[in-house]
Amino acid sequence: MKKMRVLLVDDEEELVSTMAERLTMRGIDADWVTNCEDAVEKLETRKYDLGVLDVKIPRISGIQLGKRLKEKDPEMKFIFMTGHGSDDDFKAGSAEAGPGYYLVKPVDIEYLIRKMNEILEK
Amino acid sequence: MGFSWEIVGKGGFQFFGKISASISHDIKNVLAVLNENAGLLEDLVLMAEKGASFNHERVKSLANSMRKQIKRADLIAKNMNRFAHSVDKPLNDVDVCETLELVVALSGRLADMRGVNLEPLYTKERICIKTNHFLLENLLWCCLDFAMTSVTEGNTVGIVVEEIEKGVQIKFTKLQGLITDDRTNKFPSEEENDLIRALEAETVMDTGVQTLFLKLPEKIGS
Repeated sequence: MKKMRVLLVDDEEELVSTMAERLTMRGIDADWVTNCEDAVEKLETRKYDLGVLDVKIPRISGIQLGKRLKEKDPEMKFIFMTGHGSDDDFKAGSAEAGPGYYLVKPVDIEYLIRKMNEILEK
Repeated sequence: MGFSWEIVGKGGFQFFGKISASISHDIKNVLAVLNENAGLLEDLVLMAEKGASFNHERVKSLANSMRKQIKRADLIAKNMNRFAHSVDKPLNDVDVCETLELVVALSGRLADMRGVNLEPLYTKERICIKTNHFLLENLLWCCLDFAMTSVTEGNTVGIVVEEIEKGVQIKFTKLQGLITDDRTNKFPSEEENDLIRALEAETVMDTGVQTLFLKLPEKIGS
């Protein structure tokens, strides 16, 4: 079975690197970057099934970054993570990301993997 | 010149809300990192129970990381506490340098998001004035917010605090964006003008030296 390839983007290096380590332990091929430029650059050399993007990253929103990455690879799918809890933000984010794929931090890894499998099966 | 407490109060509530939301976001990030660290510790233990070798070095580095995050959360909570207590008294002896330091710390995430660096410089360790602490924080935040939109990404806003006759002057420098009337007309807004009047302050924009000057009296209500 083909290994799932995931790109994690979050400006919290400690968070994203540890999350990648834990996903790798679970048989997922996970890369991580902490900014938008590096995320775009990663796509120049690798193909990813899925991006897990923080909604608030410096200089660009995660949703905008998702759109830029989607232009480079229309098959790539996305899950968004946010630390923000306002109802309006959540509704707007969920509408953009698709219901169920806009997750509020901290995110349980097993739940994230379920969501990753679910979105890739769609 | 008069001002409307209703407008100042409304702006103050909005400011309080924005800062509280930003603090809660910072706390959420710390919790998310701790959640991953704890999760990885659990993973390592489970793997060791299944016969894999126990990675002592990784566990040590995780403990260090958790300690760092706890220190970070402690600082966030301290700043939050200082900010919350700034509404305690309508008039107080306020150290402008300390207040600016707090507002810069509270604006850190916003600055990061905009890719802007903030560089405070104090000519003295303490410069005290008698003013409304919370409104001062609000006005400093408004000035910083404007200053951050007046520099290009990757650049620095310099902040200089100095004593002047009968008060304090704060200079927001290196604002390369202050070259057109269009920019200078954006600050202060009507609401910000009410806040400036409430603090008996004065702002001057100098496009030549790319600086926003904020002058505060040594005592308000005299």
